[in-house]
Amino acid sequence: MIIKNSIEGSFHLTGGDFTNAGIASSELKSILTELGLDDNVIRRAAIATFEAEMNVIIHAIAGTIYYSIMPEHIKIIVNDMGPGIEDIELAMQEGYSTAPDWVREMGWGAGMGLPNMKKNSDEFKIDSVVGEGTTVEIIINIKQGLR
Amino acid sequence: MTFRKIIATLEAEVIFNSIDIETEIYSVCSTDLMSDLLRFSIPESLLITGLTQPQVVRTAEIADVTAIAFIQDKRPEKEAIELARQKGISLVVTRLSMFTACGKLYVEGLRSFPEDNK
Ligand SMILES: Nc1ncnc2c1ncn2[C@@H]1O[C@H](COP(=O)(O)OP(=O)(O)OP(=O)(O)O)[C@@H](O)[C@H]1O
Ligand SMILES: [Mg+2]
Repeated sequence: MIIKNSIEGSFHLTGGDFTNAGIASSELKSILTELGLDDNVIRRAAIATFEAEMNVIIHAIAGTIYYSIMPEHIKIIVNDMGPGIEDIELAMQEGYSTAPDWVREMGWGAGMGLPNMKKNSDEFKIDSVVGEGTTVEIIINIKQGLR
Repeated sequence: MTFRKIIATLEAEVIFNSIDIETEIYSVCSTDLMSDLLRFSIPESLLITGLTQPQVVRTAEIADVTAIAFIQDKRPEKEAIELARQKGISLVVTRLSMFTACGKLYVEGLRSFPEDNK
């Protein structure tokens, strides 16, 4: 599959909205599937986006997912308004989570989301300002052999 | 292991089925942690879980799970069943505990990523 022009779009996310949580990532997954991209590329993009989406739902107030699908790679930026992260290095560690009990009862809060995003990305960046919000940037290469 | 054999081994009740019952399922992930499922499962696996809310089905969709077995007679919520229908993920319920469900499937030869596929 060769993508000639970039395909772009965005989804709005509302913090705490567990009813609709995951719909954006599911839609992005459908778009990538329709484009006929490699299964593994689709899977990695879907997982990384979903973890980022869930972090906005769980930890932030509101956010936006921007995606652009280019010939060489998929870029996903998830931007939120929220508490931000004080110590990013700590937050990136497997098992570190500040999720409250009621979130853990739903199966979230293992502290694996950020490590999962990084693992599934070819490039991963995270930026955060305490009291303002967090931005993650996920890049996944489309061309086979690059990973 | 075929889906048919999984259902028989778990003495499970089928809530919703979208696949050929003879479909081979090669791996299993038993967890109540969504990020663990996303991290450790491989596509076309069976998920064994005690969580019943729609979020589980949503996560299963992202993780390319083929079927979900709910343990200890836990019934998936109505919205979870509806979402599974839309996404074509099969749902079964077993009276067995997590331990016994996994043990029985293991004895019958089903194995789990990542231990055996690292
Ligand atoms: N968008 C965000 N806004 C504010 N804090 C965040 C955000 N994303 C992550 N964090 C902080 O970083 C911690 C680790 O995030 P991570 O996604 O790895 O784990 P988790 O969300 O707590 O659990 P899991 O992802 O396994 O369900 C969170 O518990 C939270 O404190
Ligand atoms: Mg998370």
